[in-house]
Amino acid sequence: MVETVFAPWEDPNASPLISFKNVTKRFGTFVAIDDLTLDIYEQEFFALLGPSGCGKTTMMRMLAGFENPSEGSMSLSGQDIAGIPPNKRAVNMMFQSYALFPHLSVWENIAFGLRRDGVAKDALSARVDEMLKLTRLEKFARRKPHQISGGQRQRVALARSLAKAPKLLLLDEPLGALDKKLRQDTQFELMDIQEKTGTTFVIVTHDQEEAMTVASRVAVMDEGRIVQVATPQKIYEAPDSIYVADFIGDVNILTGPVKATGAETYTLDFGGAAPVVATSERPFSDGQTGHLAIRPEKIGIHAERPDAPNTVQGKVLDIAYLGNLSTYYVELPNAQIIKAQTANTQRISRRAFTWEDPVWVSWSATAGVLLDQ
Amino acid sequence: MKRAVLIAVPYFWLLALFMIPFLIVFKISLSDAALAIPPYMPTMKEGLGAMLSQLDFENFIFLTEDDLYWKAYLSSLKIAFISTVFTFLVGYPIAYAMARAPTQWRATLMMLIILPFWTSFLIRVYAWVGILSTEGLLNRFLMWIGIISDPLIILNTSTAVYIGIVYTYVPFMILPIYAALERLDESLIEAAEDLGCSRMKAFWLITVPLSKGGIIAGCFLVFIPALGEFVIPSLLGGSGTLMIGKVLFEEFFSNRDWPVASAVAVILLIILIIPIILFQRNEQRQQEAEE
Repeated sequence: MVETVFAPWEDPNASPLISFKNVTKRFGTFVAIDDLTLDIYEQEFFALLGPSGCGKTTMMRMLAGFENPSEGSMSLSGQDIAGIPPNKRAVNMMFQSYALFPHLSVWENIAFGLRRDGVAKDALSARVDEMLKLTRLEKFARRKPHQISGGQRQRVALARSLAKAPKLLLLDEPLGALDKKLRQDTQFELMDIQEKTGTTFVIVTHDQEEAMTVASRVAVMDEGRIVQVATPQKIYEAPDSIYVADFIGDVNILTGPVKATGAETYTLDFGGAAPVVATSERPFSDGQTGHLAIRPEKIGIHAERPDAPNTVQGKVLDIAYLGNLSTYYVELPNAQIIKAQTANTQRISRRAFTWEDPVWVSWSATAGVLLDQ
Repeated sequence: MKRAVLIAVPYFWLLALFMIPFLIVFKISLSDAALAIPPYMPTMKEGLGAMLSQLDFENFIFLTEDDLYWKAYLSSLKIAFISTVFTFLVGYPIAYAMARAPTQWRATLMMLIILPFWTSFLIRVYAWVGILSTEGLLNRFLMWIGIISDPLIILNTSTAVYIGIVYTYVPFMILPIYAALERLDESLIEAAEDLGCSRMKAFWLITVPLSKGGIIAGCFLVFIPALGEFVIPSLLGGSGTLMIGKVLFEEFFSNRDWPVASAVAVILLIILIIPIILFQRNEQRQQEAEE
């Protein structure tokens, strides 16, 4: 049996749940969203990732109905939603501040949306109890929001926004207020709940780790534009610009003129002793400036010159011990610094290198991505 | 020891400036009027035992017999209640608009609310005489734009009293409501809309309940002083408006019947203590809710 991979964005026949077409949003002269086109499919867990002020929150607020696009069109399951007020949309939002109603109990908070729809009493209490169970809040139903912990509040906010079974759930930095440990647990809980309910989630976050963990696809945004939309793996391993490569995770960039040496293989002269070799599906003309982006964990560090396509000598400038990993900052003869990462797989071992040690760093021809911008 | 001293200060304050004067007034209310200085008897001159033996509740009984007094109390309660309602109706929208105004405007708006306090209260009430009288600004303006041909009689009616009370006490309504509304998180309203409320419904279900503490505080801050109000009814209300503050003044200064006046004051105080206790309880509950 072939397991089907969930990838509706690769299916040309799939119709998107949400579709942005050339959407622009201006606040006065400030352009928050700049000519943005994007499709999001049903049951996706879609992450909008970017630095603050990149327009991700504006996009979410447009989906919720709090802002209207200045230009372009937005549709939800084929229906144009521009101008439809938030209370008439099958979209619910989980607010960054949670926005729990302080004068209502947890139970009443979750029931709030259902009450507005005039759901019958029995169905209403059954639905609220279901939500309480889903978010493991049964014990706290009678408490007021100020009588429960931050993590519990976060779950109440989630339960409240899911209670009406929206087509689309928007989550604005949902885990921002939680401490790291709780955040990690909650990420998996979110994915679990998303899978159980089958709701389409759009999450806004500035935490790349969070986006990578939970999302089926990640959109990296910058200054009102989407720079790249892809699966977390693609975003990490095959970024299509320096901005994305640099924004997600750690990266070394070697810049210089590129020369073709064969089919999809190039050399790049970054100013070291010898040009480095890299493969690229993206075509480059001879002499064009290229940027080779290599993740630190793909770079090996050795005392002797190893047998590898790319080897460069340098000396250890700094060592960052992170517990599970160690990052070596290696200074090359041209003063460029390359980060190389090794996993600390042995509990008791002497560090192989120390400051000022001469070392060789090496990587394969396919380890890096050759970028033109 | 230190704590006892600290607590003693407010208690001494209360004792010296509230309890002792109250006991003096209460003692006078149990005395009889007399042509003497002071205008009542018995006094301490006759000795404590003799004085205490002559005290009785005659004046309080008199208050129940003459219907002027209970009519004045009822009328005061009515005027204070209606004025509080009007003050609320005027004050809430102002407080709401202030809380929704851009942040850089709020300090200025607040200043405008407080500014009238820089002028004497008496002068401000007198100014209303000039506005409301038959030849006053309001009538001249209305006749000039042709809405009315004969001047409206507003001054010396209860309408003028309502206008005066609403005008004077509206800042006391605005400030606590504004404080409650300003703290209100805008995202709560958005969350309510997101969950299916119209703007109006979100206002009723979220904004109003969450400003309840401010509303109650504002209403008490208006109702309590309005109940014993003397200056406004005597300057704007004329002889037709019966208010207990005015009755009290006349008993003291026109009638020189200190014992009856004191009895009126004691009853007024008892009537006032009820809403004050309720007010305190509201404040306390508010603080508990906020933790």
